[in-house]
Amino acid sequence: MSAEGAIVAGSLNIVLGLAVLMAAAALLTWIERRLLGVWQDRPGPNRAGPFGVLQVVADGIKLLFKQDWIPPFADPVVFVLAPAIAMVTVMLAVAVVPATPAIGIIADLNIGLLFFLAMSGLGVYSVVLAGWASNNKFSLLGGMRAAAQMVSYEVFMGLSVVGVVMLAGSFNLLEIVRGQQHMWYVVPQFLGFVVFFIGGIAETHRLPFDLPEGENELGAGFHTEYSGMKFGMFFLGEYIGIIVVSAMTTVLFLGGWYGPVLPPVLWFGIKTGFLVAFFILLRAALPRPRYDQFMSFGWKLMLPLTLLNILATGAVMLAATSI
Amino acid sequence: MLTRADSILDKNIGPFVLRDLEQRFGPGSITQQATADGIPTFWVSPAIVHDVLSHLRRGGARTFHMLFDLTAMDERLRQHREGLPPSDFTVVYHLLSLDRNEDVRIKVPLREGALELPSAIDIWSNANWYEREVWDMFGVCFAGHPHLRRILTPPTWTGHPLRKDHVARATEMGAYVLTEEREIAEQEALRFNPEAWGMKRHSDNSDFMFLNLGPNHPSVHGVFRIILQLEGEAIVDAVPEIGFHHRGAEKMGERQSWHTYIPYTDRIDYLGGVLNNFPYVMAVEKLAGIEVPPRAQMIRIMLAELFRLASHLVFYGTMSQDVGQLSPVFYMFSDRERVFQIIEAICGFRMHPAWFRIGGVAADLPEGWERMIRDYLDYQPKRLDEYDRLVMRNRIFKARTVGVGAYTLEEALEWGVTGPGLRACGLAWDYRRQRPYSGYDQLDFEIPTATNGDSYDRVLVHVEEMRQSLRIIRQCVDNMPPGPIRSDHRLATPPRRERTMQDIETLITHFLNVSWGPVLPPGEAMVNIEAAKGINGYYLIADGETMSYRTRIRTPSFPHLQMIPLISRGAYVADLIAILGSIDFVMADVDR
Repeated sequence: MSAEGAIVAGSLNIVLGLAVLMAAAALLTWIERRLLGVWQDRPGPNRAGPFGVLQVVADGIKLLFKQDWIPPFADPVVFVLAPAIAMVTVMLAVAVVPATPAIGIIADLNIGLLFFLAMSGLGVYSVVLAGWASNNKFSLLGGMRAAAQMVSYEVFMGLSVVGVVMLAGSFNLLEIVRGQQHMWYVVPQFLGFVVFFIGGIAETHRLPFDLPEGENELGAGFHTEYSGMKFGMFFLGEYIGIIVVSAMTTVLFLGGWYGPVLPPVLWFGIKTGFLVAFFILLRAALPRPRYDQFMSFGWKLMLPLTLLNILATGAVMLAATSI
Repeated sequence: MLTRADSILDKNIGPFVLRDLEQRFGPGSITQQATADGIPTFWVSPAIVHDVLSHLRRGGARTFHMLFDLTAMDERLRQHREGLPPSDFTVVYHLLSLDRNEDVRIKVPLREGALELPSAIDIWSNANWYEREVWDMFGVCFAGHPHLRRILTPPTWTGHPLRKDHVARATEMGAYVLTEEREIAEQEALRFNPEAWGMKRHSDNSDFMFLNLGPNHPSVHGVFRIILQLEGEAIVDAVPEIGFHHRGAEKMGERQSWHTYIPYTDRIDYLGGVLNNFPYVMAVEKLAGIEVPPRAQMIRIMLAELFRLASHLVFYGTMSQDVGQLSPVFYMFSDRERVFQIIEAICGFRMHPAWFRIGGVAADLPEGWERMIRDYLDYQPKRLDEYDRLVMRNRIFKARTVGVGAYTLEEALEWGVTGPGLRACGLAWDYRRQRPYSGYDQLDFEIPTATNGDSYDRVLVHVEEMRQSLRIIRQCVDNMPPGPIRSDHRLATPPRRERTMQDIETLITHFLNVSWGPVLPPGEAMVNIEAAKGINGYYLIADGETMSYRTRIRTPSFPHLQMIPLISRGAYVADLIAILGSIDFVMADVDR
């Protein structure tokens, strides 16, 4: 294939990937509302189109046509920048996720896992800057909480995958999945799996860990002042975040595309979809811990657990090689 | 402390208190007044009132540890005051002793031009807001009050609304025009000034943040403003501000006939429905001397308990939502919908049925009511068990509520806390048990209590009360007596129709009672009930007219909100939301 051909193919891949992702995230807003409806004894959005699926389109149109409002007291540049960061970082994180060996944007990256962690780390800026630029006390409190929460949970999230890296011997996500051909890493790395998933909820600040929003206390927390498409970008960013964390959990712990009978891409979709539904179920079921309780849960429980996990993994591996 | 019901109010307490006070303050210093409700009522002069109150609080042989209510009335137009000391404005202190189940009412006559009394804040902490209310509504000053400023009306208001010479209707006031200057001035008046409340803007090493929570905020349950002094997310101090929901319900009572005021009461605690009608019609019946027939009494109890369930279900759902739980509120609202279906079948209305009448209820129970209620009684307990697993035993819910917003029994009494908030401190004091009304003494039910007085325990008491309400309702269904649903008394409104066709006297009474409204004999009566949120009472002054001379509504939520600063200091913002949720208030019940 010529160089031009590769560029065209690569661009097509990116555009297609983004389109699928955006569609999935938009659809997820509808799925979440319908699922919540099922769990809460109510119909959920069921009017626009078959089963209400066109609600997504209606919401999109509404968001796009809203006034593009920047509060006079806000810092206009940062105010606009923050939602953009939210979108961009999660979309970049998607790039390294391999759905199958063939489907993925830059899945064969030798630092794939690090890239994902880096992007998820940068995502903090969106929330903190939004809270700061809004120049609103509720937003500021939300931003403060976000900074503490996301920076802390990033630590556990990063440490929780060290065990996986040790087992696979690579940061390349394709290699990590291939290492799970015979046994999913969720079995030897169960602790890592749990911590990673909890960290993922904290990173996407979803209920029960949606303290930066905390609508009961802070109105809407860091995005109180946002409306229209700028709010829509936070919103989409959150839903893409859910998909990314679910997909990464699938890749790291649940054997990626491996599974019997069905085609690999379907297996990947089923596993990811299951985790996404679990995200929504958590939101339906659990109350929100207080900010200080959540932080002490992280530092006093999650951190020792991950360190223990690394220690145990290392010990077992050493023992296995020495035999 | 009181453990068992000594249910009949001790009528002999009056002479005892009189003797005690006369011994202390000299003979002739105290004037006793007879009232329709039988509560010992004494007039004391402004000069000695502070001493009398602190004597009754601490020094007397029988102490009263709760300031149950503090209000006033404009007596300048009152015609029937035979034997009472001359007074233009009378301030009324209603004191309660829970352990002896006694109360006493102290009245202070004030003349125009000398409308000043010493503040009672040093005796009871909850006198603070009550005195502000009296100042706001009547213009009576309380010397020594730290923040004697308007509480229910806006800071820019002129005049004192409950004075008889203040207009009662908007149409009497001229058109309201909001010019730009006025708008700016109004907004400026609402700006919070920490110095005015004795707050510092900085500590030694940091600046405080003043966070304006409300009046529009998702978790303040209505229009309620709390200004928080924050250090990080920790609350240093708080200033609650109420009055945004004030509609002048007490003033309206002076313009409505005894009968047409019933629908207004529905809207005081707007989740409580007939729990508001209940004390009002009972107070009117006490003034008129009406005996309510047994069937009507039982129907009233049944409806009251259904409304208690409906109100508690809202509380339960919103409380769990306040700590971030999304789903329970939907379950509980759909359960409440079932309660409303029953209520609607019986009353024809859902939230505000205005269904009690002077002397009975509006109509007999409809066909099939028994089956409806029995179906519901079979359905609800299982759901409550499920909610226990979902909410009460949830570890995060416990972490958010156990130990949060706790107060001791002493503090509860000091601040006038009643209802589930009081029982959560361990005192089994329930009006239905201690002073049974309308036939509660014939029913078998328990008074749930808890021990720690924190947010969790308040929820716990509410949940158990729902089970007890179900129990009471079942007994009502099983034992519903036959008979008339309204009294034969000539003041019962509307009169029983079948008799109006028989003789001319009844026809005339019917005509007058319906067109004018009944004329009640002069007198005073306060009747309280155990409403969903605490003790709800109506203090009515009849002056021989078709309308009330003064209608005082003692609501439970008013004192409960007053103690928010006390129980939220040192907590986090998120705790405050849990505290607000657990108090169970609606702003209409606070502001009236």
